[in-house]
Amino acid sequence: MPTTKLLLGDEAYAQGAIDAGVTGCYAYPGTPSTEIMEYFQGSKQAAELGIHRQWSCNEKAAVEEAIGTSFMGRRAIACMKHVGLNASADGFMNSAITGANGGLLITVADDPSMHSSQNEQDSRFYGKFAMIPVIEPSTQQEAYEVPAYAFELSEKYETPVMIRFTTRLSHSRADVVVADAPRPQNAIKTPSNPKKFVLLPAIAKKNYDAHVAKQGTFCQLSEESPFNKYTDGADKSLGIIACGIGYNYLMEAYDGKCNHPVLKLSQYPMPRKQVAKMLAECEKILVIEEGMPVIEEMLRGPFGNEKILGRLSGALPRVGELNARAVQLACNLPAPELPAPSDNLRARPPRLCDGCPHADTYRALTETCQKLGDAKIFGDIGCYTLGALPPFNAITACVDMGASITLAKGASDAGLSYAVAVIGDSTFTHSGMTGLLDAVWENAPITVVILDNLTVGMTGGQDSAALGRIEDIVHGMGVPSEHIRIITPLPNKHDENMAVFEEEMKHRGISVVIARRECIQTLRRKTAAAKK
Amino acid sequence: MKCDIVLAGVGGQGILTIAAILGKVAVAEKIHVKQSEIHGMSQRGGSVFAHLRLSDKPIFADQITAGAADLVVAMEPMEAMRHRANLSATGTLITDQTPLVNINDYPELPKLLDEIRALPHSLLLDTTALAKESGNPRNTNIVLLGAIANFIGLDPAIIEKAIAAHFASKGQAVVDAAIKAFQLGKDAR
Repeated sequence: MPTTKLLLGDEAYAQGAIDAGVTGCYAYPGTPSTEIMEYFQGSKQAAELGIHRQWSCNEKAAVEEAIGTSFMGRRAIACMKHVGLNASADGFMNSAITGANGGLLITVADDPSMHSSQNEQDSRFYGKFAMIPVIEPSTQQEAYEVPAYAFELSEKYETPVMIRFTTRLSHSRADVVVADAPRPQNAIKTPSNPKKFVLLPAIAKKNYDAHVAKQGTFCQLSEESPFNKYTDGADKSLGIIACGIGYNYLMEAYDGKCNHPVLKLSQYPMPRKQVAKMLAECEKILVIEEGMPVIEEMLRGPFGNEKILGRLSGALPRVGELNARAVQLACNLPAPELPAPSDNLRARPPRLCDGCPHADTYRALTETCQKLGDAKIFGDIGCYTLGALPPFNAITACVDMGASITLAKGASDAGLSYAVAVIGDSTFTHSGMTGLLDAVWENAPITVVILDNLTVGMTGGQDSAALGRIEDIVHGMGVPSEHIRIITPLPNKHDENMAVFEEEMKHRGISVVIARRECIQTLRRKTAAAKK
Repeated sequence: MKCDIVLAGVGGQGILTIAAILGKVAVAEKIHVKQSEIHGMSQRGGSVFAHLRLSDKPIFADQITAGAADLVVAMEPMEAMRHRANLSATGTLITDQTPLVNINDYPELPKLLDEIRALPHSLLLDTTALAKESGNPRNTNIVLLGAIANFIGLDPAIIEKAIAAHFASKGQAVVDAAIKAFQLGKDAR
């Protein structure tokens, strides 16, 4: 008998994939997508079914591992946050050209409002770029139902499908009705065309022609999709296209009783017939999208169109997450006046935990930099990005995963002395290693500080592929042994750690300092677990 | 029934425990629930909040509409005021009165508490004292859960059962203290 479970959108999707016969989940942690893989890892059922559920070292690896599983005729999902799709874009874009064999779902969680990200890019652009179907569930129940539908679509039309989440669905729990037994996994079956996955130009051209020829079919699938719904309404002064969870805010604003025609849009490419009907029948069209104005821009055209309302017209805020109030205002519905913020409020930003090893590293490093004069520290993605804030004010740049090393090298090439990179253990194996090889190749006078807290801290303490391997990796890449230094970031080692930093920064060649002490949070959890 | 609750506090204070217990109650009672929270950059020591929506009818949005919340419940007075704009005209703000001062420019406490008392419907609690009285000083969030119970139209016995289940793995003493904290919060005025 089906049962009701309280699940995050991410978790509902993971359970849906299990119940749809997935063989492998591949992912790198990234907010707000992390809980998909964590659900697999915590699921007894996934263990019993032998589903792959180990983290990958980065999103590119995850996507490629998923493509490999699809090649074998079995179902796979690759999961990442929106900026992770940038890291995996090579594999992602070309998976559209190989096409899928077993069902292949590229799952991306966008973070509008940048709660935990450096931009609010909208993955639907990537879906359109790759010319593949995109599905963005509106509810946790749909998140559960999407995998079964999308795997079928992927296999029938031999295409990867993008599944798009946004923060508020990923990280909101709701009651979800789930099935009682999973579909069996696919048997191994390699592609009927044995050369299909070989993207030599001659083959790729044929594949690409076939992919382009499917576009009309993809559009027709959107017209018939169970996740899209056209509801007519008497008041045709306005028609509303509500995408993904934008539909929920619309229904909330109207308490479920909207008197305008409404197109709930969760599957792309855009269903042209339904949109054309609305355009023909309604005086104005409001497009409600969580993220960037993808559909609005298409309807509006390059020169603007007064008929089309949304984030570009100013009817809705141009940036940030949606909410029901923004929709109330855009639809001219009554909205209560809100009190002005209290004078008694102060910002309370997140900060490094008390006892965090990164704090001790930053104290020793910044003091050394001040002593040496013209030094700059290039940061990376992790808890330690908070080193940019007071009291440390330590880092001078933070751009993307792995960029600390290459930024430091570029600045050093341009004449900076002393150039320092700080990078976490997991970020280092994600995409810092290749940059380090560049620095070794040219023996660049930079110091790379690897903050080894033995875990992926920022996303909640996942296992790091770097665990126990950093010295070997660094040495193997060609950093001389005498310039691989290991320190323990503790207050009582402050002076000796400063001395190590000073020696290595003064060395006019590549050096690596590994600052190793376990994350205080994972240590606390382990200690608590050991007591039980 | 329908109850929209904004939960607020400082990272690590335990607002999500309140949400988790009420979420379990909702599923057991076949009530619809949506509970949204922000994870991510660990947020330890920073402002955190969650939206919890309970209703016997299907719920559309994961977030509570500004100006429509029935309750703002906070572990800390300034964090309570941060979410005041969420309250409806008839909504109630419930908060612990003890400030958590981990910033240099925390506002003057008497002014802050006066502002809370001046709201149309507010309840300032000494959850620290009540938690101590329950036998476990960590029960401040459960005291608040007790205060919430007066507003959500669910049988308190059902919530007590969920609390017992939530803490069952930690032993009977922990369960007993939590139930006591819940009752103290329910009776607090």
